[in-house]
Amino acid sequence: MTVLVIAEHDSATIKSATLNTVTAALACGGDVHLLVAGANGGEAVKAASQIAYVAKVIAADGSALADQLAENIAAQVLAIASNYTHILFPATANGKNVAPRVAAKLDVAQISDITKVVSADTFERPIYAGNAIATVQSADAIKVVTVRTTGFDAAAKEGGSASVENAAGVADSGKSSFVGREVTKSERPELTAAKIIVSGGRALGSAEKFQEVMAPLADKLNAGLGASRAAVDAGYAPNDWQVGQTGKIVAPQLYIAAGISGAIQHLAGMKDSKVIVAINKDPEAPIFSVADYGLEADLFTAVPELVSQV
Amino acid sequence: MKALVAVKRVIDANVKAQVKSNGSGIELANVKMSMNPFDEIAVEEAVRLKEKGVVTEIIAVSCGEAKCQETLRTAMAIGADRGILVETSEELQPLAVAKLLKALVDKEQPSLIILGKQAIDDDANQTGQMLAALADLPQATFASKVEVAGDKVNVTREVDGGLETISLSLPAVITTDLRLNEPRYVTLPNIMKAKKKQLDTVTPADLGVDVAPRLKTLKVAEPAKRGAGIKVPDIATLVEKLKNEAKVI
Repeated sequence: MTVLVIAEHDSATIKSATLNTVTAALACGGDVHLLVAGANGGEAVKAASQIAYVAKVIAADGSALADQLAENIAAQVLAIASNYTHILFPATANGKNVAPRVAAKLDVAQISDITKVVSADTFERPIYAGNAIATVQSADAIKVVTVRTTGFDAAAKEGGSASVENAAGVADSGKSSFVGREVTKSERPELTAAKIIVSGGRALGSAEKFQEVMAPLADKLNAGLGASRAAVDAGYAPNDWQVGQTGKIVAPQLYIAAGISGAIQHLAGMKDSKVIVAINKDPEAPIFSVADYGLEADLFTAVPELVSQV
Repeated sequence: MKALVAVKRVIDANVKAQVKSNGSGIELANVKMSMNPFDEIAVEEAVRLKEKGVVTEIIAVSCGEAKCQETLRTAMAIGADRGILVETSEELQPLAVAKLLKALVDKEQPSLIILGKQAIDDDANQTGQMLAALADLPQATFASKVEVAGDKVNVTREVDGGLETISLSLPAVITTDLRLNEPRYVTLPNIMKAKKKQLDTVTPADLGVDVAPRLKTLKVAEPAKRGAGIKVPDIATLVEKLKNEAKVI
């Protein structure tokens, strides 16, 4: 039994979601191989080879792989898929984009967003916005899986000494091309890797207020900044800050929700956080039902006060 | 050009799902059902493209039991021209749905296929990508902007860290994210008009597709409950608790 993990990387470094996926792969049993598909990804390959317990890194390099287009990455995975019993992707935007293409071409079911490996063919995954946990069993020869990173600890970044095998990069599909990218520039930790997250809701009232009130707290705590869907829809925060069922799923050590009522879709994205703090004017807000510490207060006075006291 | 949109009948987004006491699934009897919210966005996008003169005909497809006709009527009330129900009482998993849609894509030859990025019941996020793979078409998932230009479509996608724009040659598969558009309210006259639109029914066998489930659900359980926390009177107490009790700052 050998498990292939598709690494998430930016050519220079391996993204942390990969490390959680390696842990899930180890739980499946057998050797773990890592595929680093990209262009000029030498540094990422080197980093990948140092991850603990990874036996082999397959480095596929080619211009068609530069922008992680789903068609090309899927073809690269398919080129080696038959060597594996399991193919695991982190359940990131990239992983979710590519994994089903691989599964469909292999004519196997995909098991999405697993939070637990019960055995080599049985997995737990949340459904209905996390309101239920399904235990599912796959009879397919190759299990194609996406891994919810909050369900697994990160494997150690160092301590491994995997062999590196070079693979020829696939040719471009010719059907899609990369045009451009608007990266949200931020010095703050990425949401899915942050130890502390402070999140704001529609109660902030405007993009300016969101920045003015929430940013100092994030800066003070070295936290990632998140938002409810309502705040993102209203334009107070960029789309990739959205925490929830259909946005980012996070589980930091500390999650501070300010002015967020706590719709089930939002709770689905953060209720596995270790400690949850809710600050809300409305004593009936559902967010209080999952909060370890709730404070009934106006966020416009409470958050600045918190900034001055931590 | 033709557009095909796929719509799924799911538990209404405002209803909290309850696990059946025997652990076999979710209680759906007497529960309000609606069109999957992401699919509503897909239909709305197709209708907007038709209003711009880009799309000429919109075909809505739903797979499942006879009640999915209601979902198709809703799609037609938003503006789809006709509907196809692939009727079956079998449990349909994403791979099976992708195969059914592939068979209809072969038959109808649409230039654009628009689906929701995920259904809010199984949260699988697979069908669009699987369809694209099976039909050998390019894909743009998590779309927040769609612009058709000649035989190409430019799609802005919501990805980790921001937005990304890719260009696909048509035909292509697009899956919708939340910010693509805000679906219109359906009006009574449009609901009446939708009742007269063409709705065809086929079966998986008609399309030559084996829909047998590949994954077996062994059990469905409630998630672990979070213990109720406490209310703190002020910020000073909160900071003290976070430092000394929870030890997270």
